[in-house]
Amino acid sequence: MVFFFQNMINALQWGSFYALIALGYSMVYSILMLFNFAHGDIFMVGAYIGFGVSTGLIALTATGVIALPNWLILVLTILFSMFLTSLVGMLVERIGYRPLRDAPRASAAITGLMIGIILETGNLALLGARRVSFPSLIETTTYNLGGVYITNKKIMIVVVSLAIMLALDQFIRRSKWGMAIRAMAFDYLVVPLMGISINTIARMTFAIGSALAAVAGILFGMAYPVLDPYMGILFGWKAFVAAILGGRGSIMGACLAGFLLGFIEIFVAMIFPSTLRDLIAYSIIMLILTFRPHGFFGEPYSAQLRL
Amino acid sequence: MTKTDKKHFFSRLFSGIPVLGWLLGVLIAVLLERYLGEALAEILGLPKIPVLFGFVIMLKKPALIPGSLAFVILIYILPIWIIARLSAPATNAAAGFLVRRSVGLSAMIHLALLYACIHIWSDISAYRVLALKLTLISIMLTLSLNVVNGYMGEFSCSHPGFMALGAYVCSIFTVGPFINDRFFDQAILPLFLAPYIFPVALIFGGLAAAAGALFVAIPSFRTRGDYLAIISLAFMFIVKSLIENLEFVGGPRGLGGQPDLASLPTVFIWTVLCVWIINNFVRSTLGKAMNAVRDDELAAAAMTVNTRNTKMTAFLFAAFWAGVAGGLFAHVLRYVNPGTFGVQNLAEVLAMVYFGGLNSVYGSIVGAVSLNLLGEALRPLELFKWIIIPLLLILVMIFRPKGLVAFKEFDPRRVLQPKLKSE
Repeated sequence: MVFFFQNMINALQWGSFYALIALGYSMVYSILMLFNFAHGDIFMVGAYIGFGVSTGLIALTATGVIALPNWLILVLTILFSMFLTSLVGMLVERIGYRPLRDAPRASAAITGLMIGIILETGNLALLGARRVSFPSLIETTTYNLGGVYITNKKIMIVVVSLAIMLALDQFIRRSKWGMAIRAMAFDYLVVPLMGISINTIARMTFAIGSALAAVAGILFGMAYPVLDPYMGILFGWKAFVAAILGGRGSIMGACLAGFLLGFIEIFVAMIFPSTLRDLIAYSIIMLILTFRPHGFFGEPYSAQLRL
Repeated sequence: MTKTDKKHFFSRLFSGIPVLGWLLGVLIAVLLERYLGEALAEILGLPKIPVLFGFVIMLKKPALIPGSLAFVILIYILPIWIIARLSAPATNAAAGFLVRRSVGLSAMIHLALLYACIHIWSDISAYRVLALKLTLISIMLTLSLNVVNGYMGEFSCSHPGFMALGAYVCSIFTVGPFINDRFFDQAILPLFLAPYIFPVALIFGGLAAAAGALFVAIPSFRTRGDYLAIISLAFMFIVKSLIENLEFVGGPRGLGGQPDLASLPTVFIWTVLCVWIINNFVRSTLGKAMNAVRDDELAAAAMTVNTRNTKMTAFLFAAFWAGVAGGLFAHVLRYVNPGTFGVQNLAEVLAMVYFGGLNSVYGSIVGAVSLNLLGEALRPLELFKWIIIPLLLILVMIFRPKGLVAFKEFDPRRVLQPKLKSE
């Protein structure tokens, strides 16, 4: 039982990364009906920006220019990186997606893939092939709850991601902008006629998705402090699968499916040899999709609606 | 007549030359390079014959740009154009005669000439042979993916998976009996039989890929939309992970020691076969049914097209050819490992399909050849190659969202016909 709870904690942590990234895929899909294949690499960029900001702030503190406690550095890092990464996201939307608004959707998928490659290679060219290690901003303390070991970082990661998801949910439900997003997701042909610009909404969606990816990147850097330029690929594709599993365009579904994917992966690795992780995880996903083609919360659509 | 007079100077230079004429020109050019290339390279101050039309050497040593440009002009551009231009009346007559006689015979002669050209061209260095083989395999892959993504209008991501299945199954059939290996310790058949078993092994590889495609097709063709994209993506990861866990084919270390069976003529013949069969497939009734399903599934169903069967057949067919291409790939490199068949490979194949053009055999050939050539030519730029090529693709997508040569029918008769100067 202790073993089970221990893995439960790990799965919650692992799943929150997937959930945060999957949200970005899901939001973009709900507005533009296309997958932002560059999103995994935006996660990577977010992690690197977080690395840059935090090392910068630490250096400033060390030289005595400003005196900041570590927790404040962490908060500032998260906020700054969210802002900077959302700029990157908007840039990606401007370059790769807006010129292709009327093109076949597959073409936009290709530009997304290519922007992803450019981001990876650009990073490699700028920083070189060596891996960088994320600074440890808070001291790790371990609590022992009846045999289950929990670190404060794990708690922080899960709490921060849940808080952000909740905030996003409230934003989408309560605010005027959120209402515009929901309307656009409902019908992107008619809503622009009501005076809501699809470009503004698309830009905002990309910005929010990228900010979430940046949070995921920083939290990932806290938990696994080694960053490399290709870390976004695997995470991105897996989170993409989670976004589908949750139901295309469903915020709630993306969160749940992200956590579910985390659970599946951790528990498969617990029971079977860990090399079988991908095999079994993807087989389970394929089975689920066979019986629930539209994911958990997705709505079935007819063939006409697509084109 | 006035229309031809007003034609642009350049288009007049190149009009009225049949494919036969161009092939003849290329043949002369590669022969020239074969026999005079060394001497000319020495005169122009180049260390050796430029391997890839001078691209590589120009990027490596900018001082040699004039020399290599002169080499390319003197060896390729001028001879090809002069021969093609001068022989145009003769080749036009010959092409006309051949087409009237039999399109099949004409196609055979053209292909024989084409093969002679690439054989002599690649004879200069082993690097050229390898690059050429990989390009031919890319053509097969691109074309088979185009059947699904272009002609059928779905978005499939499982091509690396099919390729891996083909590569491994085919390798098992050749490595197992003919090489002293872990499958049966000793080789149980003599090696000289291997070339006869190889086609069978390739077909088995293709069939294995098609069987794998069944796993994707059965759940995903019940509904339309992005569903196939996800299932096929999951399938790709499953295949990769499965092979990594199969110890008897080497697991993550990969499988090596394939006998040297994929010679240039073999690869060429299979590629031609693939292009020919796929071209006939997409121009058949079934191919038109595929297009109908893509454009409007409901209307197609109303017109008595069995949409599900059409999609299944086309998907399995495409997977078969991807498997064959995978088998050839394994025997060209004589080593495969599961890491090859990942997201990177997927991005490359997708890029070739969408760069070249959807729904078009021409497009697939153009896409595969140009991206392969570009990849090799920009190799000296190392990292920046992976910034330039994606940027180029983004530009193509923005300005020609359907690809360079999309929606163009490949009719052998029209290709082989003589080109008349004034029409």
